Amino acid sequence: MNFKRIWAISSKEFIQIKRDPRSLGLALVIPVFLLLIFGYGLSLDIDRVPTVIWDQDASSQLTRDFLLNFKLSKYFKIVRYTDNYRDIDNLIDRNKVLMALVVPKDFSHYLESKKTAPLQLLVDGSDSNTATIAMGYARSVVQKYNADLLTESFAEAGFRPSKTVNLRSRVWFNMGLNSRWYIVPGVISMIIMIIAALLTSICIAREWERGTMEQLISTPVKPQELIIGKFIPYFTIGFFDLSVGVFMARVLFGVPFRGSYFLLIILSALFLTGALSQGILISAGARTQLLASQLATLSTFIPTTLLSGFIYPIFNMPKFVQAVTYLIPARYYISILRGLFLKGNGIQVMWNEAVFLLLFAIIMFSLAIRKFRKKGV
Amino acid sequence: MIMNPAAQSSNIAVKVEDLEKKFGDFIAVNQINFEVKQGEIFGFLGPNGAGKSTTIRMLCGIYTPTSGKGTVGGFDIVKEQHNIKQHIGYMSQKFSLYDDLTVEENIDFYSRIYNIPKNEREKRKDETIRLAGIEEFRKRLTRTLSGGWKQRLALGCAIIHQPGIIFLDEPTSGVDPITRLNFWNIIKDMAAQGRTIFVTTHYMDEAQNCDRLMMIYHGTMIAMGTPEEMKTSIMKNEILEIVMPEAEKWMEKVSQLDSVKETALFGVNIHAVVYDSGKATQDIKDFFRQQGINDYSVNRIKASLEDVFVSLIETYDEEHKDK
Repeated sequence: MNFKRIWAISSKEFIQIKRDPRSLGLALVIPVFLLLIFGYGLSLDIDRVPTVIWDQDASSQLTRDFLLNFKLSKYFKIVRYTDNYRDIDNLIDRNKVLMALVVPKDFSHYLESKKTAPLQLLVDGSDSNTATIAMGYARSVVQKYNADLLTESFAEAGFRPSKTVNLRSRVWFNMGLNSRWYIVPGVISMIIMIIAALLTSICIAREWERGTMEQLISTPVKPQELIIGKFIPYFTIGFFDLSVGVFMARVLFGVPFRGSYFLLIILSALFLTGALSQGILISAGARTQLLASQLATLSTFIPTTLLSGFIYPIFNMPKFVQAVTYLIPARYYISILRGLFLKGNGIQVMWNEAVFLLLFAIIMFSLAIRKFRKKGV
Repeated sequence: MIMNPAAQSSNIAVKVEDLEKKFGDFIAVNQINFEVKQGEIFGFLGPNGAGKSTTIRMLCGIYTPTSGKGTVGGFDIVKEQHNIKQHIGYMSQKFSLYDDLTVEENIDFYSRIYNIPKNEREKRKDETIRLAGIEEFRKRLTRTLSGGWKQRLALGCAIIHQPGIIFLDEPTSGVDPITRLNFWNIIKDMAAQGRTIFVTTHYMDEAQNCDRLMMIYHGTMIAMGTPEEMKTSIMKNEILEIVMPEAEKWMEKVSQLDSVKETALFGVNIHAVVYDSGKATQDIKDFFRQQGINDYSVNRIKASLEDVFVSLIETYDEEHKDK
């Protein structure tokens, strides 16, 4: 290997990147853009469920006290009061509310006469996930109210309730259960994977397309020199994107970083090497920039978004799909990033993932060189 | 020029034996044999798709041959591709410089790729720029140069390491006649310095400039020799040139005469390929007398390379009709 030749290729590549505002923009602006969109737009938290209330028993103080429990909860937002079903229909159809609470006329009368009072909850089930969660919130408000009523009536009868379970939950690592803390590390991994594979595959496909690759092959440049030479500039861009990602995560989204920056750099370098090699592998198969960029996007974006645990928890997937996720490098990287950001994990609990990333990097890099050699160099 | 010691003593720059390249079932190059001597301008002629570029790529270490063997500068084309690459210059058919780099950046890139020592680089750069005749465009993006200049710059970059053997794949396709002339002057100068030039072309007037020619068709060698030999001993038939008004109207009729093998239009004149010029001249005169035509002349001329090429290809097609 000849370092002068490697550097000749790298510096040529730097000049070309500098002169091509589109790929430079792609490399530097897209990450910020993606982080903003995902960071602000994609919140998995469900609170302030828009709700309409029809209180048919409006004259009663008891009913109003009961409804206060919903009003004061941060999980509901009462957007409207109404006095007919037509309105409720209309509001749900136009997605103005997700649920409707209908208090029947004799609600307070039932309660005062120590009978079970009916309460109607109408939920828009078209988004089943959100509907389930909203119903759970409503149920817990009612249960709490019931428990209070029970205690009250025991007290009136002179009993003291005993033998109850008091669940005290404490959430670790993300006390506020802020889903942004969970998403942002995933976005960083997605950005690195996509940018790295996309940029390298395009820059090599461009050389095939323009005939400059054939000229290069006729020179004494060796495949590994060519690949490493191409790596250096895109590695730099990848690390720049990583820094932007970590900076935005901390400053803009307030995600804590509790692990070691040294580990972050080492493990990111492994992931980046694999992703860059994957880009080279793709471009050796697809020799036009168009096809290369499509293949690169397809082979990185979809698995990284859907199968890495970025948004959808892996333990929820069917067994077969779970098995597939073991082949997705972003799975390991995301888990490492979350470990570093939120848990402050050290290598002793992440070495499993680290080994997989190392394998990914080695396999992809040697495949890229082999493919290149076969093609001619 | 650095070469393998074996090659230096034998004076052979390129030698191939039964060289073959297949792509699946398709035979691109079919067991060809030839030798190129040091300092020779060796022309490789053939229509598009004949196997010229494939052969060049095998010699430059870009393709590995399917079978057969060969040496370039004394190095084996299968086992020593890396050594070959240090001693050859290759200019592909397609323009192959980076058009988003400036003229100087392109030259610098190739000097560094070829590991030219730092103290030599500026000198070589000036030489290359002078060769391409673009002193005033040093800082211009290569994209903005016109075709002829680009082509000369590409040549300059391909030979920046002063290789002993230079492969040029259709170096003059798509450039203007003046640039072509200029290009051939450069090629002749390089040959005069003792370098070997291996050039493909389909311009017959250019082929005339070569020391030796090889014609290839459907991957098979159909003729080899100096341009002079091609036109005399290799060409079995003779050529009659018929000058007459409305020649295109009579070409077909003349070709139907028994003593005429075939005819072709060259400019406004008919070239008739004949087996025996004496008998054919008589037949043509008789035919025109019958038709009442007096305003014509028939003369035996020396075959041009184009005549030879057309005739050889037709003979080949004739022989391979059934296959």
